[in-house]
Amino acid sequence: MREPSFIEKHLRILFPLPAILFIALLMIFPILYTLSLSFTSWNLTSGAPLRFVGLRNFEHVLTEPRFLDAVFRTLAFTLGAVTIEAVLGTVVALILNRAFLGKGLAKLLLLLPLVATPVAVGIVFNLFYDPTIGLANWALSAVGLPQGLWISDAHSVLPSLIIVDVWQWTPMITLIVLAGLAGLSEEPFEAARVDGATPWQVLRFVTIPMVMPTILTAVILRLIDALKTFDIIFAMTGGGPGYASETLNIMGFKYSFEYFRMGQASVILIALFFFVLLCSLGIMKLRTASEN
Amino acid sequence: MKKVIHEALFYLAVIVISLVVLFPFLWMLSSSFKTQTDIIAWPPKFIFDPTLQNYAKVFGEQDFLKYFINSTVVGGLAVGLSLVLGLPAAYSISRFTQKKLALFILLARLMPGISFLMPWYIIFSRLGLMDTYVALVLSHMLIALPIVVWIMSSYFNSIPVELEESAMVDGATRQYAFWAIILPMSGPGIITSVTLSFIFSWNNFMFSQVLSMEKTKTLPIAVYNFVSYAEVDWGGVMAAAVAIMAPAIVLTMIFQKFVVKGLTMGAVKG
Repeated sequence: MREPSFIEKHLRILFPLPAILFIALLMIFPILYTLSLSFTSWNLTSGAPLRFVGLRNFEHVLTEPRFLDAVFRTLAFTLGAVTIEAVLGTVVALILNRAFLGKGLAKLLLLLPLVATPVAVGIVFNLFYDPTIGLANWALSAVGLPQGLWISDAHSVLPSLIIVDVWQWTPMITLIVLAGLAGLSEEPFEAARVDGATPWQVLRFVTIPMVMPTILTAVILRLIDALKTFDIIFAMTGGGPGYASETLNIMGFKYSFEYFRMGQASVILIALFFFVLLCSLGIMKLRTASEN
Repeated sequence: MKKVIHEALFYLAVIVISLVVLFPFLWMLSSSFKTQTDIIAWPPKFIFDPTLQNYAKVFGEQDFLKYFINSTVVGGLAVGLSLVLGLPAAYSISRFTQKKLALFILLARLMPGISFLMPWYIIFSRLGLMDTYVALVLSHMLIALPIVVWIMSSYFNSIPVELEESAMVDGATRQYAFWAIILPMSGPGIITSVTLSFIFSWNNFMFSQVLSMEKTKTLPIAVYNFVSYAEVDWGGVMAAAVAIMAPAIVLTMIFQKFVVKGLTMGAVKG
């Protein structure tokens, strides 16, 4: 046996080192920079030098109604969209979970929304929602319902955006649950059938409990992404009308790149960061819990 | 009889599901062939005289080809460099079960992009890197690298360790075994990670919106600007939307199996 070389002995450090350095430089360092900016007052456009202001940004932003509204809106959008996606996605997966003519094609169709460019998706839905020429109002009047303002009205803008998210991401839950269903072992189903269970009972007491861990993981993956939804909201409403669809992500973007108030923006970004971090910790917890 | 009704209902459900999924694409596609008059017609027109003028306008007047090339270059370089960094890292995570390291790299996938975009904006401005490929490629690598590492580390897990171990007994170094034995076997995993990370880079809006300007503008930004400048030109906008989605959809059709695997992997324990 030959003596391992230096490279070989330290392979476990050397191989991942470039990736680690990259992430540290492009992610960890900027996040720390954001953290330090949150204690300063700095407006990029005014040319005034950066000033240390202690916790004043936190005081200012965290008590601002606009911020609190954005927090609730982010939660409402995320929970609303992901709940519908989870239920709808699971139901569709249960329907499609059998052999049938055109199954391959159906699965390909389900993939398309997932790879569609969100900005373009948002624009297409803007055409749907247009109050005067859009299909949405045409459909409403066709069945005799009063027309709506969709994304142009403060009350309907969030549900309208949720519909877009549901259209785009429900297939993700469906595909994951389908993969989960395909991996289940046959035995419990046979046992249930031998015991004379009705199809409904099999679904309720065998299929759903067995595929639940997969559904949960899919839901949490979606939760993390939904919290960060940016493209469709920015492209469709820019957070409007007024602030009616302004989520944390949009608010942080505006404070950074429209108002250039970097200190206050940092506070918003940190808040969003912790939001997502908490959710991600949830994922690890649930995954390890379901593994045991 | 009951069976027949059951089957009919089932296929009806499949058709309804497919139509709901497909409809926005169909409406986008048909609107891209409509004249402005047909698009703003009320009630909406389902049958009309198709025209190519929207595509002519998008590819003629707009600098679409340039944005197309920008998107391709940025995505291609970001994915390529992510493979260079990500493949050895994924191998190491897989073979030395470095769970903490995997989590560290995955953080980039979990964290909201804007929390590093704002500091990047300041740093890249200072370094004079705004509106350069360097800034864009670096930012898009943060999209691609976690995908590569995530997919490849579980792919390497599925390759038996005995393969490189027997080579090492025969005197090969581990890094040589990785290069000459493991990588040539990793085609499917690499295709999955390349396809997915390229599509995500292709679709990215936020990073490019902030870091690119006229010179390096990518397609999503061009499409978005098209709306804000030509607010009422729906036909042109729809043609642009078709043009931007087409490559990702074609890639997905070609590599369907790989894309499904990449998107659902990790959620399903197996």
